Amino acid sequence: MSSQAWINLAYLAAAMLFIVAFKLLSSPRTAVRGTFLGAAGMAIAIIAACFEGPIVQSVASRGVWPLIMLAAAGLIGGGIGATMALRYPMTGMPQMVALLNGFGGAASVLVAGAELASTCNLAFCDSDPRATTAMSSLQPWTQFAIATALTGLIGAVTFWGSLVAFGKLEELPQFKKAWTDPRRHWINLGLVALTLLLVWGVCTNPDRTILFWLLVVVGSGLGVTLTLPIGGADMPVVICLLNSYSGLAAAAAGFVIDNSVLVIAGSLVGASGLILTAIMCQAMNRSLVGVLFGGLGTTAAVSGDDVYAGKIKSAGAEEIAMVLEGADKVVIVPGYGLAVAQAQHAVRELADALEARGAKVEYAIHPVAGRMPGHMNVLLAEADVPYEKLREMDDINPEFAETDVAIVIGANDVVNPAARTDPSSPIAGMPILDVDKARTVVVVKRSLSPGFAGIPNPLFAADNTLMYFADGKKAILDLVAALK
Amino acid sequence: MPLPILFAEAVATEDPAARFIRLLTVFLLAMWVGFEVITKVPQRLHTPLTSGSNAISGITAVGAIVVAGALSTASSTFLGLAAVVLAMINVAGGFVVTYRMLEMFNPKKK
Repeated sequence: MSSQAWINLAYLAAAMLFIVAFKLLSSPRTAVRGTFLGAAGMAIAIIAACFEGPIVQSVASRGVWPLIMLAAAGLIGGGIGATMALRYPMTGMPQMVALLNGFGGAASVLVAGAELASTCNLAFCDSDPRATTAMSSLQPWTQFAIATALTGLIGAVTFWGSLVAFGKLEELPQFKKAWTDPRRHWINLGLVALTLLLVWGVCTNPDRTILFWLLVVVGSGLGVTLTLPIGGADMPVVICLLNSYSGLAAAAAGFVIDNSVLVIAGSLVGASGLILTAIMCQAMNRSLVGVLFGGLGTTAAVSGDDVYAGKIKSAGAEEIAMVLEGADKVVIVPGYGLAVAQAQHAVRELADALEARGAKVEYAIHPVAGRMPGHMNVLLAEADVPYEKLREMDDINPEFAETDVAIVIGANDVVNPAARTDPSSPIAGMPILDVDKARTVVVVKRSLSPGFAGIPNPLFAADNTLMYFADGKKAILDLVAALK
Repeated sequence: MPLPILFAEAVATEDPAARFIRLLTVFLLAMWVGFEVITKVPQRLHTPLTSGSNAISGITAVGAIVVAGALSTASSTFLGLAAVVLAMINVAGGFVVTYRMLEMFNPKKK
């Protein structure tokens, strides 16, 4: 068997490990093993790559230093990545994932750029036996040319889109307000047209490397302008989509260098990102196009005053503790506000206090609560909430009718009954958690300000709702104290 | 036969269209497998799934190593090495983050 055959066999093993890793990720019991298998697959692929023909050749002609150089670059990158991942607080996971994702996209761009530079150089080395192959790759509309253009474009959009997403999630002051200038559609349209022109340019003239880099620059601009207008609660969709793009960029890079493991792993990631994107959009009852270009919340014509006037019942810790004392079944509904207030540990204490009194406490998790898919689950897991108590929306919704107290913390649009009752509402038809059916609803919130959708929430004015105006963490801790 | 010639022949003998269709087959089948496997992941594991698949998208490290290690031109080597660094940040960071998150889901540790 030739050495290339062994390398391909190793790639096959890596690809199988990736698939098994995804398979094991579908259960909390096996997910850790899945992560290790995925990492093992990655290690196998990386080691096999070091035996590829071009590297063996450069080692044969120049000694071991190419390998030392690669090892150094790998260790630097791995070290930075691992340190970032270990140091970053668990509450910052959405932005951490966005940032890492961006690096993957950028790496794919550079792989395509490097391969393009080396192919252009080879094509004019008459002494090199690979010159003819390189020359034929550089013809118009070859697999090489098309894949190079697509890698440059998708990778650049991924990198810059992820950086903007990071800025928004990290709440850097520059990104506080979503970009809602109506001219943005024209700017995007112009950039898309320019992009298509440059893709065509690279496909027809792949030997003009300047066109490739121009495409990367314009793609970068597009990554920024497409992500800037997208606001907070739509972030889970953006994260999933960018994740998918980074996989597709890697797959496209696989087409550039003719490498099947890149294509397999890249398309697995691409598929996973697309599925999650679809799930997130479904959970908001919105189309992907609507999320990306819609700009929800700009039509907030309905004033909260009409909905709330005279109907809000405010309560303090003592009063709510009294209600909770008589409760047998309590459901806690967390939202992004819980993450902002860092109240996950306080919530756990409250649940412990209630359970000590014999109540049954569970958590209802809306699929788009928070800023990334599954955000609330991770946050509550950090506070040692057992995952059996985290219930999905469809699973727990029928049980609200027999729930004594539902405690809503930092969630708004996902518990807005207008989605069910008011067909003219911007969120009409969005699946919500039916907390309003509980006997008593306690809403912990700093003020009556609207959520991301910018609309008033009739839940706050309902007869069975008690508003508890306070900062999430302090409110819950006061409640725990009052219970004791 | 010296290695460079062997390598060149292996690449040159396959018809470009056939090669493209071979890779396209791999791409579409892998997408299919991806859809099948991932639709079964429950909501509570969506964050680890996102970060785990994120780590796997760092597979582009393999491409980066091959183009950088070929030492073809100064610019391709430099770009390739930069790609190795970035891709490895993605790989290492992605797996470590995923592991950290899943450890929190693990009830036995507590």
